[in-house]
Amino acid sequence: MIEIRIHGRGGQGNVVAAYLLAIAAFEEDRYAQAFPNFGAERRGAPVTAFVRIADRPIRRRCQVREPAFLIIQDASLLHVPGITDGLQANGSILVNSSEDGDVLGAKLEHPVVALPASALAQEILGRPLPNTALLSAFLALTGLLPQSALIQALGQRFQGKVLENNRQLVEQAAAQVTAGAWQEDIHAASA
Amino acid sequence: MLQALEGSQALARTVALCRPQVIAAYPITPQTHIVENLSRLVADGTLDCELVSVESEFSAASVALGAVAAGSRAYTASSSQGILLMAEVLYNIAGLRMPLVLTCANRAVSGPLSIWNDQQDSMAVRDAGWIQLYCADNQEAVDTTIQAFRIAEQCELPVMVCVDGFTLTHTLEVIDLPEQQQVDDFLPAFSFERRLDPANPISIGTLVSPDYFTEARQSHHQALENALQTIVDVQQEWGQLAERNCDALLNTSGPADARIGILTLGSIAGTLAAAMDRYTDNPATRLLTLRTFRPFPAAAIRQACQGLTDLVVLERALSPGSGGIVGAEVRAAFSEIQDAPRVHNFTVGLGGRDVPLEIYPHLHQAIRDGRGLPFAILDLEPDKLPEAAC
Amino acid sequence: MNDNDTSVDISALRNEQPRFTGIESGHRACLGCGEALAARLVTEAAGPDVIYANATGCLEVFTTAWPESAWRVGWMHSLFENAAAIAAGMEAALKRQGKATKVIALAGDGGTFDIGFQALSGMLERGHNVLYVCFDNEAYMNTGVQRSSSTPHAASTTTSPSGEARMGKRHLKKDIVSIVAAHHIPYAATSSVAYPSDIRKKVRRAMAIDGPTFLHIHSTCPLGWGHDGALSIEVARLAVQTGLFPVIELERGSVVSVMPIRRVRPVTDYLSIQNRFRHLFADDDQARVELEHLQALADHNIEVYGLRGEKADALDSEGANTVQRGGMQWA
Repeated sequence: MIEIRIHGRGGQGNVVAAYLLAIAAFEEDRYAQAFPNFGAERRGAPVTAFVRIADRPIRRRCQVREPAFLIIQDASLLHVPGITDGLQANGSILVNSSEDGDVLGAKLEHPVVALPASALAQEILGRPLPNTALLSAFLALTGLLPQSALIQALGQRFQGKVLENNRQLVEQAAAQVTAGAWQEDIHAASA
Repeated sequence: MLQALEGSQALARTVALCRPQVIAAYPITPQTHIVENLSRLVADGTLDCELVSVESEFSAASVALGAVAAGSRAYTASSSQGILLMAEVLYNIAGLRMPLVLTCANRAVSGPLSIWNDQQDSMAVRDAGWIQLYCADNQEAVDTTIQAFRIAEQCELPVMVCVDGFTLTHTLEVIDLPEQQQVDDFLPAFSFERRLDPANPISIGTLVSPDYFTEARQSHHQALENALQTIVDVQQEWGQLAERNCDALLNTSGPADARIGILTLGSIAGTLAAAMDRYTDNPATRLLTLRTFRPFPAAAIRQACQGLTDLVVLERALSPGSGGIVGAEVRAAFSEIQDAPRVHNFTVGLGGRDVPLEIYPHLHQAIRDGRGLPFAILDLEPDKLPEAAC
Repeated sequence: MNDNDTSVDISALRNEQPRFTGIESGHRACLGCGEALAARLVTEAAGPDVIYANATGCLEVFTTAWPESAWRVGWMHSLFENAAAIAAGMEAALKRQGKATKVIALAGDGGTFDIGFQALSGMLERGHNVLYVCFDNEAYMNTGVQRSSSTPHAASTTTSPSGEARMGKRHLKKDIVSIVAAHHIPYAATSSVAYPSDIRKKVRRAMAIDGPTFLHIHSTCPLGWGHDGALSIEVARLAVQTGLFPVIELERGSVVSVMPIRRVRPVTDYLSIQNRFRHLFADDDQARVELEHLQALADHNIEVYGLRGEKADALDSEGANTVQRGGMQWA
């Protein structure tokens, strides 16, 4: 079972990101579970969501305490103490940022891949929503699911031009990271 | 059909499949997504019913009651403060023997204020005379909701389907939603003999003097006890139709030779089951997940606990000044039998505190330490208590 | 068997009269109960194709002592505060079933002005096709004459008694009709048990409307108000003739008709015959001030609603017509 924690700020589609990832996994016949760190979120407040993906039914319902991966939708959250708590020893972090991943990772003691997801989204979608790009990059890095699964999941929420733009964004984001760079970690995590 | 759905969304679609004619809706966290999804289904034309957006939960329950009395299948949902606000109506509905289904998205009850999951709300109305069924996951929530309409209409008793708020309602998971035809085959059109009909007028809700009240109450009590069998039969029938079985009263898992048991209700059962597989160096444990709480299946519990030396009752509510609620009822169920297991009673996860896998070894330690004799809050963090004890 | 030595068999005549009985006699209301009279008139005018949602109060208590019921129509009593919500649910169900059966909510002033206020407002706002009838006897009579927000200023009740320090209820009678009118419903009206034909006429008018309607009927309570049961009608009539209880009709919030008062009576004529106002007739400065207040209230009503009638009253032939019923076919 792979456990992922997604950090963001209210209004950035934190829960949607988790749901999309879970739905994408389901489209590939996996078992999936996704839920937010429930609360009455306000725009801008730090929020967290959890995703579990497995080949067998997922029974546990507790929060993800030892994620294999972190996806950070807002780089300002890196300054929040404890943001990486529980991340597994060989766990990696994907950050929405236009800064250098190595620079960001230096302080975090975990490998960091940075992707300017908001900028990409602004360019292609016309709105700085980082989800699609981050998820696509995540899938490319881990090889966990094919991009097509993500596009199928997106297809359940969007149609027409918006879906088409998202499709473009998926391709572009995937192209910006090294495919399979985290594949080893996936195998370790699901063992 | 298998789908990845948020619990609330699955519930809303399930309710729609049951063809209610009147839905009363008043929003309260964490039930909101259920009523929002229902509203969207109505707006899209998928669900053809009267959706009454009432001005309080009191009216939500009242509108649903009025609709049933006038001969239509009705539904409503609430949580926490809303359940308590409508408490008077809940007693009225049950006492008048009205077949109604209500989803309780379990949430803690103020004060202090909490929007998070525990089961204090449904426990608070356990004496209202409703059937109460607790769901361990969203698949059960879907299946139980469909069965609830059937049970309610067959027994002429209202059914409360309890679903852990947030923990289940706001979690997306893979769920098998039945097809409309399956539900139609299982759930006949609403037909209620005691409905208000100008062609055959009756008076409902009359004043009853001491001369007759006791018998009316006994009749209600008896109906609930009789409902145990209906609950079992209905689950069996649905289980065959949906090709998916679970036990109607309580589900048991774990090694047959286990001497320690854990009885719980709702979604933490899943976490416990996962924990049992992870922490294998703990004593063999039988896991009992109680699905039917009202009527209280004392005989089934006694049966399921045979051979146990110790039983933990792990619940999500308490009666302040007394202790556990389910624990007290379980102890009472054992009071007349020889060789009853020793009951350790713990409450956990109040106000939505996350219940991690580690709760399982922690629990076994607490059993050894005798902390649950008679009662303790298992996940208490003493350093957060105020200076003085009271 | 002949009553009164007439040449007509009264019981036979009664059986022949085309008058629908919704509430049977033999119930347990007090002698001279205004609410019982009003309820009988309402159910008579409404006819058989209705179901009722009745709030807790005198009416449901004195008509349904299990195992007996005085109701000849479909009827349900749920709780005190939810008559409007129960009615709304019934209406939704019947609408869904495609039935034309009308839903009528019945409640006292307690269940309307106070504890049932929220449910009433919600039902009106959502536009349910429900006729809501409030039998207003100006206090929580069923539980022992405690004050409600409908209790008139200076009336004595068990929770607003007069005494050394108090002159009865301190606050004004809540203007429920204005509040209901502010919901801009198709039809709202007041009436009084002193005018049975007026009640019947207004019930039929409301029944014919598809939408929320409200009827506020001033109903005397001999026990609670402190007068002889035989004087019920006279007391009710005086309330109207002093201007203290205006009889009006509103459509979408605007007054469209009033019952004119040909000969306006001073409020003292009304107040002096009820024990609940007895303290106002003591030789006391405060009492005199309160009487002036009440007269001012009455004068205000007369002015605001234009109640003074110069011309003769119109013949109430429409209301007296017992053959026409609520627009509903009745064999």
